[in-house]
Amino acid sequence: MTQAAPQTPLLQMRGMTKQYPGCLANDHVNLTIQRGEIHALLGENGAGKSTLVKTIYGIVKPDAGEVTWEGQPITIQNPGHAQRLGIGMVFQHFSLFEALTVAENIALGLGSAKDRAGLRARIVKVSNEYGLPLDPDRVVHDLSVGERQRIEIVRCLLQRPKLLIMDEPTSVLTPAEVQTLFVTLRRLASEGCSILYISHKLEEVRALCSAATIMRLGRNVAEVVPATKTVKELAEIMIAMDLNAPTPRPPMAPGARPRLVLDRLTVRSPHQFGTDLKQVSLTLAGGEILGIAGIAGNGQSELMDALSGEILAGHPANIVIDGTPVGLLGPHERRRLRGCFVPEERNGHGAVTTMTLAENAFLSSYIRNALVRFGVIDSRKTHAFAQDIIQRFDVRTTGPKAQARSLSGGNLQKFLVGREVLQQPSVLVINQPTWGVDAGAALAIHEAIMQLAAQGAAVIIISQDLDEIFVLADRIAVMAGGHLSDPIPTRDATVESIGRLMGGGGAAVHTAPAEPAHA
Amino acid sequence: MTEVLVAFLVSTIVASTPLLLAATGELVVERVGVLNLGVEGMMLAGAIAAFAVAHLTATSTLGILAAIAAGVLLALIFAVVALTLQANQTATGLALTIFGRGFSALLGAGFVGIPASPLPKLRLPVLSDLPVLGPVLFSHDVLVYLALLLLCLVAWCIRRTHLGLIMRAVGDSHDAAHALGYKVLAIRYAAVAFGGALAGLAGAYMSLSYTPMWAQDMTAGRGWVALALVTFAAWRPFWLLIGAWFFGALMYLSLYVQALGLSIPSPFLSAVPYIGTVVVLVLISRDRRRIRLHRPAMLGRPFQSRT
Repeated sequence: MTQAAPQTPLLQMRGMTKQYPGCLANDHVNLTIQRGEIHALLGENGAGKSTLVKTIYGIVKPDAGEVTWEGQPITIQNPGHAQRLGIGMVFQHFSLFEALTVAENIALGLGSAKDRAGLRARIVKVSNEYGLPLDPDRVVHDLSVGERQRIEIVRCLLQRPKLLIMDEPTSVLTPAEVQTLFVTLRRLASEGCSILYISHKLEEVRALCSAATIMRLGRNVAEVVPATKTVKELAEIMIAMDLNAPTPRPPMAPGARPRLVLDRLTVRSPHQFGTDLKQVSLTLAGGEILGIAGIAGNGQSELMDALSGEILAGHPANIVIDGTPVGLLGPHERRRLRGCFVPEERNGHGAVTTMTLAENAFLSSYIRNALVRFGVIDSRKTHAFAQDIIQRFDVRTTGPKAQARSLSGGNLQKFLVGREVLQQPSVLVINQPTWGVDAGAALAIHEAIMQLAAQGAAVIIISQDLDEIFVLADRIAVMAGGHLSDPIPTRDATVESIGRLMGGGGAAVHTAPAEPAHA
Repeated sequence: MTEVLVAFLVSTIVASTPLLLAATGELVVERVGVLNLGVEGMMLAGAIAAFAVAHLTATSTLGILAAIAAGVLLALIFAVVALTLQANQTATGLALTIFGRGFSALLGAGFVGIPASPLPKLRLPVLSDLPVLGPVLFSHDVLVYLALLLLCLVAWCIRRTHLGLIMRAVGDSHDAAHALGYKVLAIRYAAVAFGGALAGLAGAYMSLSYTPMWAQDMTAGRGWVALALVTFAAWRPFWLLIGAWFFGALMYLSLYVQALGLSIPSPFLSAVPYIGTVVVLVLISRDRRRIRLHRPAMLGRPFQSRT
């Protein structure tokens, strides 16, 4: 074996294969990462990206395949081994300990006592050097999603990684935070650290990455230089079909009557670290789509719960659906009034994961679809309804009898959106309609939302994805600190102006490291 | 009056000791995210093991060691079933208590009614002879001091050491801890074994010191009170101490009132310490947000490493 020359790839994987029961997640996948490059890994949900990445990080043991690290063949045993090799990973669902402080979280990621000496000072130093300000003494559950991500990145950086894996890092960040992150990543790459970057946001990949490996259905389909392709071309390679932008809707009829009115809705958050809603007012006409932007944790989930009736408002007139005050009515009564709701969390909130699709379809639609007769479930009708959702929304599954948890995230989301849309609601509220959903599924969901609005429903989309809001919404409002800004027509809004509102009306988005522990 | 006060304080400390031992052990177990409802069973196993070995060998130290071994043994049965085989922790813990009660009764059948010599008390020159302070602070047996020492040690370890940090981390998110390369199962096994050892010690204190003899079900539900203490103390060690002392105080008062010969039914008075402790703890910790905040997020959830 020759000495590893500088041009030896940092990591080379050949023929990686991993079989799960009923699913070949990786089928002879190859991946080569050069030193100091930012390498994108692209693919739809269920394309096998996560499995491949977990293999690199030693969480998943492959059935077959060779891994070469700095020219040496190697088997990565476990995450600890990966870390010792110099592989760091920032997870999509953060692997942080909510009840511990920033410093404690980082200390846990470091192996020996020697590494932990003078940790606080080093956290402050590294975080400032790379533009990732952090207060070591704050408890994680007080922090915003962006700040949490900084913890993970700083934790990796303190181990001086040679390869940093980032799984969907920007889906939770404001536009300004994304730019800061890119500066950090480019600087790391220039210092010789390779970055494996997983994202659905193809525009970002084009701007940031010098190489891309594209996967589909567990196999490699292409190696490309992202900058030489358009976003549309990249997406089409990923999903192997042509993408067409959603059909534009006819302009709204002027003077449409209001379907949903919120009047000074004030709600105390039931969560210890939630955000209270403060005097939220808006009026939404039939046929209109309102986009609500904002950084996660600024009251969006409370607004969602207040709209769906999971939290009750203080007064009936706080929320009015089609002229009926519903502030004190629960979810069932609101569904009777043709309100439909898709919560953010698919697993366990939107769907009962251990139940079948038909059963899940029943749970939210039995009132509107009259699926119960004398207390007995009309299983034929329920089954047919689920089958209808599956067909109309192209949900890839074995059928209505499949368990909800057997579906990939994107497919389950299509099913849940379809379940509500097919009930012909007059008011539809969707929180994060395409969170973690691939381009093809996102397009299908967007089409459905627009069609519903065209039929006269009032739709609210709560999303952290500004692109999505700009594509769909007629008007845009921003949630910050429990306040809802006045909606502005989309044609008058820019990413910058919305981004400023997300940060609290132009105030600095980043918390200074010296901020006291409890604001 | 002084005599009554001294008697009250001494008896409070004595009665709180088994609770404190068992609850300290269970606190460690729950902090790493495991719920072991078998405390009562492990205490009874410890009690009979301690009494039998101490009686047969005439050495109380061996009895204490046997109690630890018995507690650990039962705890490991729990660990294998609930952690490795991932059976439901609640059901497994209940089964362990039922097993512990039955098995200790079976083994103890031949030891009922035999009196034993209690553990020797501390005897310090001067200090033990001080008025009030002497009997209250310097005249207990080794297990009383050990209980306090272990509590402080556990509190310090959880709060200040790297090991404690890892324990809290495992209890907060076992998947994250695993992703960082910590051995979740090994840490949980160790914690469960430690909990078993302390429950065994608590049992030993019952049969070697508190009432130096063996009787079936002699722990009389103290294992359950210990479990309640851990929850209502919101998993904070020093609140355990306050809860345990409170139980001890009520225990003395109920005996005192019984001795006064009032016409209050004695079963009711015997129940007072249990009810009173729980009521007071509920009142102290009625802020449910606090309980939720301190509750180890993984409590009772099985860990499965997906590879």
